[in-house]
Amino acid sequence: MKDILRSLVDILGERGVSNAAEELWFYARDPGVLEAHFPDYVVAPETTEQVRQVVRLANEEKIPIVPMGNGMALTGLVIPLKGGIVMDMKRMNRILEVNEKARYAVVEGGTSQGALKAYLQDHHPQLRHSLPDAPPTTTIAANVSLHGQGRLTQQYGFNSDMVTGLEVVLPTGEVCKIGSPSLGPYWFSKGPTLPDLSGLFLGWLGTTGIFTKVGLKLYPNKKIRDVEIFVTDRVDLVPDIIYKLTHLEMLEDINAWFQPRPLMFKDNYHITMYFTGDTEEEVEFKRKMIWDSLEEFIVTKDGGFMGVGYMKPMLLEMPQRGIAAFADVPRGGGFEYSGPITLIEHYPDYALKVMELAEKYEVIYSSAARVVSGGHSMMFSISFAFNRADAAMMERVKKALDEATEFALEKGGIPWKPNYKEQRMTLEKLDPNTLKLLQMVKRNLDPNGIMNPGNWEVS
Amino acid sequence: MAYVRSIEHADIVHRCFRCGYCKFPSDYVDFNCPSHKAFGWDTFSSGGRMWLIRAWLSGEIETSPRFAQILFSCVACGNCEAQCVYPRFKDFLLNIFEETKSELVDEGKIPPTVRDYFKAITVNGNPYKLPQDKRGEWSEGMGIEEFSGQEYLFYVGCVGSYDEVGREMARSVGKLLKDLGVSFGILGAEETCDGNEVKVLGEKGLFTALAEENIIKFKAKGVKKIVTLDPHALNVFRREYPKLGGAFQVRHYTEVVADAIGGGRTSFGPLKTRVTYHDPCYLGRRNLIFEPPREVLRAVPGLDLVEMRRWAVDSFCCGGGGGNFFTDVIGTGEQSPARVRVREALETGAEVLAVACPQCAKMLVDGVKAEGIEDRLEVMDIAQLLSRAGLA
Repeated sequence: MKDILRSLVDILGERGVSNAAEELWFYARDPGVLEAHFPDYVVAPETTEQVRQVVRLANEEKIPIVPMGNGMALTGLVIPLKGGIVMDMKRMNRILEVNEKARYAVVEGGTSQGALKAYLQDHHPQLRHSLPDAPPTTTIAANVSLHGQGRLTQQYGFNSDMVTGLEVVLPTGEVCKIGSPSLGPYWFSKGPTLPDLSGLFLGWLGTTGIFTKVGLKLYPNKKIRDVEIFVTDRVDLVPDIIYKLTHLEMLEDINAWFQPRPLMFKDNYHITMYFTGDTEEEVEFKRKMIWDSLEEFIVTKDGGFMGVGYMKPMLLEMPQRGIAAFADVPRGGGFEYSGPITLIEHYPDYALKVMELAEKYEVIYSSAARVVSGGHSMMFSISFAFNRADAAMMERVKKALDEATEFALEKGGIPWKPNYKEQRMTLEKLDPNTLKLLQMVKRNLDPNGIMNPGNWEVS
Repeated sequence: MAYVRSIEHADIVHRCFRCGYCKFPSDYVDFNCPSHKAFGWDTFSSGGRMWLIRAWLSGEIETSPRFAQILFSCVACGNCEAQCVYPRFKDFLLNIFEETKSELVDEGKIPPTVRDYFKAITVNGNPYKLPQDKRGEWSEGMGIEEFSGQEYLFYVGCVGSYDEVGREMARSVGKLLKDLGVSFGILGAEETCDGNEVKVLGEKGLFTALAEENIIKFKAKGVKKIVTLDPHALNVFRREYPKLGGAFQVRHYTEVVADAIGGGRTSFGPLKTRVTYHDPCYLGRRNLIFEPPREVLRAVPGLDLVEMRRWAVDSFCCGGGGGNFFTDVIGTGEQSPARVRVREALETGAEVLAVACPQCAKMLVDGVKAEGIEDRLEVMDIAQLLSRAGLA
């Protein structure tokens, strides 16, 4: 039998492999509520060639392998459910190229969101990418692999829609380029006009390959950003308000949120609107258009604009540190959320469900829905904070989240970055022929079932 | 018999979300946790440590050489404390690491280099295992007086007293203070270790003994004000000695020099060179002294002061903090903090990397050698730079 540790050290060097109890304990879990599963090894490659060799070894020896960015999906997607190798990608963090005129960047598979943001600020200040509000340690590759969203999702769709090319190590060890980089040196298109093979990898949560390079669209970074918040106490009006706002085709980002704490926010629904411009005139024009579009709700006294005032720096911060701070509300270092993608017209039903679940399970909630692609859908986050030292509270949060997913599926929604249980619930509901197609893809790409097993397990 | 583990802040350890803000500087340009940068595993970041400490407290992991390496490679630079997003928790991050190290000290399960450091301090009074009477040798022939009621006690510390690079720096600073007419004296062979590193490494008993000895000595000699060569000494005098009854007015030499030359009272000769300044963690992030060293450098005509990508509160540690200067648990290698830092300095186009800490000076001199860039970047203490410029 092969000495796996020795083989891994041969590929990665001593610094790139660990089976120490400390690393195995840490990489067995993520910050969410799911139970831990221990890996047998943790590796940290620095090159595509190292990734390829490790994957080939894993495939030959039928060892599970789980790619990991920063593990902040919170839904256990990097927990090695069947042991094996966890591959921490963060040492592959180089920004390889920015094509200023074609507005795209090419980054290695472990590059963090924060590093790309800082790099663009330093070297291409007129460009930006769709930065999520997750902590900046999260990686670009992990984000697109789970159809993440960001600050530009309202305008341009899911961050995975912004991919312009991929380099993927297949489960059988081949290195495969997807999109325009498969034909030449440029990374401007992940698919068109070729058959779009990126769909074999995006959204598959690392179960069909490991991203070693990602091409990503960049967008104009306007000189001025501003924010307004519209407040209503009528949840039934939220979809109409968003409809009016998206009709403007002017907003960078729209978030509809509600939370019971601090008390000044209780029982109200807040729609935060971000808008940008290169001149004060442009920004003021947009502000006027926003105000005009919502005037009818002000006239009927169903809502109004709230003073942003002291909250403005926090609201304009990217990413918003305050989002991570939600974990500390019960002084306990944790929160997890279910974030189904659904229709905006279902917002009132989801909102009521959040409050019902919070009451039923005695947990603290917060909810923020992000409008996707000009209003074709939204990501509705159902977030519950927990105290990590309180196992009973964590169990209640787990149950509340399971029930939230059941509700989302009943409403025709799609779970976002679902945990393995939510994936099963989704697969059970899936059209049989769609399921069959998924099985065909998975079996062909990963014949030995080594890639992040336990996730999207369609067999 | 199982060892019962507890630390003072055990009840808040679980509040770490391991979100990772602590790994970065405020604009996220690169990992700013030196041990994470050096080892490349999440376990070596602040969040990783915090989660492992929780596992260790609950008995899920055992004390091991790896666990000790993870803890003692922390350079206590304070980046995590500056960047953590949780108020009322972030203030205790470094305490939690120190308390855990202290438990390992009590268990007797510490890295050999840490053990040797404690032994040397205990037996010899300094980490270099050199005789006490050689402490004041650095000042020989300079005409610097013993402390006898002058305005300041100039406290040099172990590195300034015994290390080759440190002694050179002590001489430069001593001469500068003299030239500027600052009233000061030294303890010479009577000086004893300040204990900052002893405390950070978790040896509470030894630290208390050192601190109490110093406090008694300072009081007996009528010391009211202290000017330190080493920011590590400044840190412990300012933040820890008052808790033991030793409240002195403590300043770093760059603060005293900045005051002495302020308002054009002193001018320097021209020095046409490009300089970048490395903020020592214990001066900058830990004690918020960012401006005086820069003010001093800007006072030299012709000196072009340029900043590195990470500076002030976002500065990247040289890797010598947390006792690593002596214990080297963080190790060497391409991603060792000193090497990373000198590469960053080189990117500015500077010819001189200015420092204000003898430990940083030594670490970065070694970093320059390891990178093989001695012909492109010179590490100099601020006082040495001023000496090169000369008083006008």
